[in-house]
Amino acid sequence: MERMQQVVGRARAAFNTGRSRPLEFRIQQLKALERMVQEREKEILAALKADLHKGEPNAYSHEILGVLGELALVKEKLPSWAAPQHVKKNLMTLRDEAYINYEPLGVVLVIGAWNYPFVLVMQPLIGAIAAGNAVVVKPSEVSENTAKMIADLLPQYLDRELYPVVTGGVPETTELLTQRFDHILYTGNSAVGKIVMAAAAKHLTPVTLELGGKSPCYIDKDCDLAVACRRIAWGKYMNCGQTCIAPDYILCDPSIQGQVVENIKATLQEFYGEDVKSSPDYERIINKRHFKRILGLLEGQKIAHGGETDEASCFIAPTILTDVSPESKVMEEEIFGPVLPIVTVKSVEEAIELINSREKPLALYVFSNNKQLIKRVISETSSGGVTGNDVIMHFFLSTLPFGGVGHSGMGAYHGKHSFETFSHRRSCLIKDLKMEGTNKMRYPPGSQKKVDL
Amino acid sequence: NPFAGLVSHLRASWLSGKTRPMEYRVAQLEALGRFLDEKKQEILEATELDMGNPSFEAYFTEILLCKNELNVTLNNLSSWMKDEHVDKNLVTQLDSAFIRKEPYGVVLLMAPWNYPIHLILVPLIGAIAAGNCVIVKPSEISKNTESLVAELLSCYLDNDCFAVVTGGVQETTRLLENKFDYIFFTGSPSVGRVVMTAAAKHLTPVTVELGGKNPCYVSDTCDVHNVARRVVWGRFFNAGQTCNAPDYLLCTLEMQEKLMPALREAITEFFGPNPQESPDFGRIVDDKQFRRVRALLCSGRVAIGGQTDEAERYIAPTVLADVLPSDPAMQEEIFGPILPIVVVANMDEAIDFINARQRPLVVYAFSCDSKVVNQVLERTSSGGFCGNDTLMQGMLSSLPFGGIGNSGLGKYHGKFTFDTFSHQRGCLHRNMGLETLNAPRYPPYTQQKLGLITATCEVKRRGTCTLL
Repeated sequence: MERMQQVVGRARAAFNTGRSRPLEFRIQQLKALERMVQEREKEILAALKADLHKGEPNAYSHEILGVLGELALVKEKLPSWAAPQHVKKNLMTLRDEAYINYEPLGVVLVIGAWNYPFVLVMQPLIGAIAAGNAVVVKPSEVSENTAKMIADLLPQYLDRELYPVVTGGVPETTELLTQRFDHILYTGNSAVGKIVMAAAAKHLTPVTLELGGKSPCYIDKDCDLAVACRRIAWGKYMNCGQTCIAPDYILCDPSIQGQVVENIKATLQEFYGEDVKSSPDYERIINKRHFKRILGLLEGQKIAHGGETDEASCFIAPTILTDVSPESKVMEEEIFGPVLPIVTVKSVEEAIELINSREKPLALYVFSNNKQLIKRVISETSSGGVTGNDVIMHFFLSTLPFGGVGHSGMGAYHGKHSFETFSHRRSCLIKDLKMEGTNKMRYPPGSQKKVDL
Repeated sequence: NPFAGLVSHLRASWLSGKTRPMEYRVAQLEALGRFLDEKKQEILEATELDMGNPSFEAYFTEILLCKNELNVTLNNLSSWMKDEHVDKNLVTQLDSAFIRKEPYGVVLLMAPWNYPIHLILVPLIGAIAAGNCVIVKPSEISKNTESLVAELLSCYLDNDCFAVVTGGVQETTRLLENKFDYIFFTGSPSVGRVVMTAAAKHLTPVTVELGGKNPCYVSDTCDVHNVARRVVWGRFFNAGQTCNAPDYLLCTLEMQEKLMPALREAITEFFGPNPQESPDFGRIVDDKQFRRVRALLCSGRVAIGGQTDEAERYIAPTVLADVLPSDPAMQEEIFGPILPIVVVANMDEAIDFINARQRPLVVYAFSCDSKVVNQVLERTSSGGFCGNDTLMQGMLSSLPFGGIGNSGLGKYHGKFTFDTFSHQRGCLHRNMGLETLNAPRYPPYTQQKLGLITATCEVKRRGTCTLL
């Protein structure tokens, strides 16, 4: 596997030439990425369709639009983000120049995931390039068409030595992780997250881990159920439930469980029509392994809606489970599929207790007309991020840092947060070589007089 | 697991929400202030027993700088804790979008021996300010401060939320088996790796403040006397046991000749003709470190100092000339009162020398020519940088303090400590109404809906206009 050493070595040599540092170069590369997305849109959409059965309008709005938005934002803001930040001085440093210099870290590794295979590679890549780094891109081999497309297209638009694409599965990734990087951003599951961090520890490499978990969704009795359920259904069933910030399970009072089911059913009809399988807007499970895993979660559960499957096409219908026990299998792991369990709780206290008894999730959702209740749920729980009265949407506001906490991850990115994640903030103090008089205070011989001063 | 009980006790306190209200945090921080005031004598005595350092230095780093951090924190805590409202896009115009600063939970703070109180208190202040519970693990090498902290901190801080654990390598290893929500470590790169590897098992985020060899380039155009004073001060403070001290000098042969008498003069000015008798010069912390540092003396030639006294763990302020990159003094961080000078032909060679090695905590450059200072800054990489002085960049709390690569990961001081120990939670609080505005995002997907979404989501470059 000398190949990995060579690829990373070349990227490092290219970084050491200094050519990725000037702002003009970075913007030129970002503009090239923009051209790539615009010119090769058809190929990108085709790859996404092949991997996830994603319809074009959906793929465009979920994967391409966000990338174009990020590129536009970064091109606009980069000069101001990259400018040295002067800081407040104290009495000792009044005459000096004191500032934080934003510098590239060096060679960054971006490891993508298969569920939003394009945007989860592109967004970190944009941030890493903007910060002046060399970037090794490792798309997920599970979404193989997108991986191949990225491996084909990126070298046609970007500097080949600075931004190589590495493909392959577990053995290749393991080999890659033995190399030294200056930052690693990994999107995926907690188990592999631990492996990535352990490998990074050998080189003291900082990491950003975008992991997952079970994102809870609490529905208060006092809320517009029709609206809440439509929003929840949208976030849950998009990409066939394979979204790291999908509402994983619902918590609500038993008295409204039936209405929740009815409202979601009605919404599903609106979204996908009578025959979900033939809707061009409903995706498929990525592969047989995940298909079987999700099927296993349905065992012994009360299926209030859905449950139909077709292994040949990895189709699982939008499914709702009721009266689910917190101890059941479907409540153990992140579902990452179109199965929505409802766990009944008698009060918001019970909901908060249940949430806090589990690992900190990537996202947390709460629906209520009562602002105070929403504030309370936010204050008494912890999660990567929160959207109140909707789902997913905090992801789309790039001024909010996007990332997890505890088991759901560490670090954050999007917008300026990406730039900061991939930059080294170097403290700089520049003094005058003259003006020695003011320094005399601090030199020995010390005396009580000086101490008292 | 001997520490499981302690960790779960703290975690239970954490889950009770006790540490979250500002009043609680302020009360604990004020208690720390009282600790520094009331126990000042005990603290100074303990550090002097451990480090043999002059009371001026001990007061400055262990009391004064800690009080400064405390006051900066208390003065600004309420604004630091506030939700930070962020700019919104078109879609979220009517929503509330903010970053909530949240404590992580139970923090482990591991401190080294060289500034034993300071390197506990400064991170501790930030961890408390951010609302966490904390387990403090002082270094067993600075035995007197370790006992002091173990005995006294519990008299000032809430014992349900803050604890001190003592012990050596074995105890630390067992401690690291537990799950923490953040680990802050100051020490050597090799132990830093051990800490981060242990943290990886629980996906615990870390800040590791490590070290390295901080190069100090002295250009040919400079005021030799001022350079000498500033370098001598930074190098021999705490008998050289400072992570951001200038570790070695890089200069031309001519400059080495010019500097030597100036360095000699500065050392005499500061410590007198016999530094061993000066109350202003410290000692090496223990026998092991003493022997290690002493062994580095056989590098180049001893131009100033070189005397040692094992009984006192005294090593004279020493300057070594004509040191080679292969010499012992250039193989590891010195962490002692020895200043090697490595001769280079010019600035470019100095920069290449620096860049061929691990990235240090600090790069120093001295020159009357600001272009030279800037060149060194721009063409090297390090945690921090100081032009024309030493140590001072670590004393301005508005500058983040931390390493890069082998010298560390993460940063702190002032607000950066608070931020280090806070989870920045992105929050979007939307309206239940106005559902029609959401309609374009729902299936069935149409080109028309896509057009609407594009129009509302797009970030356009300034200057492009959409006149029909």
